[in-house]
Amino acid sequence: MKRRVFAALLIGSAVGGSLRLAAETSNEVKILAMKFDFTPDTVKAKVGQPMTLVLTSMDRIHGFKMPDFGIRTDILPDQETRVTITPQKAGSFTFFCDIFCGDGHEEMNGTLVVEA
Amino acid sequence: MLQPDRRDFLKLAGVAGVTFTAGLFPGQRASAQAAGNFHFVQFSDTHWGFSGPPNPDAEHTLEKAVATVNGLAQQPDFIVFTGDLTHTTDDPKVRRERMKRFREIVSALRVKDVRFLPGEHDASLDKGEAYKEFFGATHYTFDHKGVHFITLDNVSDPAAKLGDEQLAWFAADLKQRKPDDRIVVLTHRPLFDLQPSWDWTTADGAKAIELMMPYKNIVVFYGHIHQENHHMTGHIAHHAAKSLIFPLPAPGSQPKRAPLPYDAAMSGLGTRDVTMADKVTLVELPVAKG
Repeated sequence: MKRRVFAALLIGSAVGGSLRLAAETSNEVKILAMKFDFTPDTVKAKVGQPMTLVLTSMDRIHGFKMPDFGIRTDILPDQETRVTITPQKAGSFTFFCDIFCGDGHEEMNGTLVVEA
Repeated sequence: MLQPDRRDFLKLAGVAGVTFTAGLFPGQRASAQAAGNFHFVQFSDTHWGFSGPPNPDAEHTLEKAVATVNGLAQQPDFIVFTGDLTHTTDDPKVRRERMKRFREIVSALRVKDVRFLPGEHDASLDKGEAYKEFFGATHYTFDHKGVHFITLDNVSDPAAKLGDEQLAWFAADLKQRKPDDRIVVLTHRPLFDLQPSWDWTTADGAKAIELMMPYKNIVVFYGHIHQENHHMTGHIAHHAAKSLIFPLPAPGSQPKRAPLPYDAAMSGLGTRDVTMADKVTLVELPVAKG
């Protein structure tokens, strides 16, 4: 099993004001969730550089799980959920919806590509 | 009485596939014999209502599996379906139509003692509402010839959790058992982390396994992953069954968990005969062609 590589995780709501615990977030990537896709479904990151994923659902509740980083959160409609990571290892890491959302749920996934 | 060698018996019947024997109940030889050996058949992941290239024969596969089991010269004591009886749909009316038709098809089984449990395709979109209308409770227990069976529902919560309430029920039931009682747990998803990157887990499955650890003679049968798989968590064996719709790749063997291409021989599909004695013997039953 791959070593867990996350260094920081924060989750908050943009509606209520995101709680910023990670001070040095260098970039943000918005990811939209909608049955049965993440857009974009491939996200690039660099080893050692903090990145915030801003997750929003366009239809219903979805899940966001990235086991290699020990991350999971709900993605709620019309709300931003923010996840900050600092990859420590290069490679490709799968993320997927872990709240069953219908026929096509099993294909609702994406990849975080971490470059050295 | 069970015949001395069930594998030979099934070969004679012309239906035997690969046989797997595990050292279940090693300390229970005397009591197993006293209680009476028996066998049951496991169906899983029939996905009635599915259509698509992974199985162009989807409308007939379940009926063929029913015919295969009805053709066993020695009928099982009972039959279990470990979830995903139907393929999911967003339409509650269609969901119920699929469950109705599924129930009609399996009513042709010669054995009338049939036990069901839900998969996420049956129960996750409506928290088991339609499933309960057709098949009853989503978690329950029953006893058969000295073996205690516990079914667990890890799908009615769309986040794939058993939940604290069900875990408390599970713990209370187990507390009534002796450490060397023979216990079988039936569920849909793997209770352990089989392949987390493919979501082949149960979110709080580790809690269930922890509750099971004090019991020496306990085994788990499940579905969900559409293939035969055998795994140990400590002394507890977990046996996954093939599906009756399409096989999935071995855990982690490819980047995505997409269905394997259709195989006209349907070699990746089937049911399973389980003999319970001082050991458990699993015989995979292929789907009859034609």
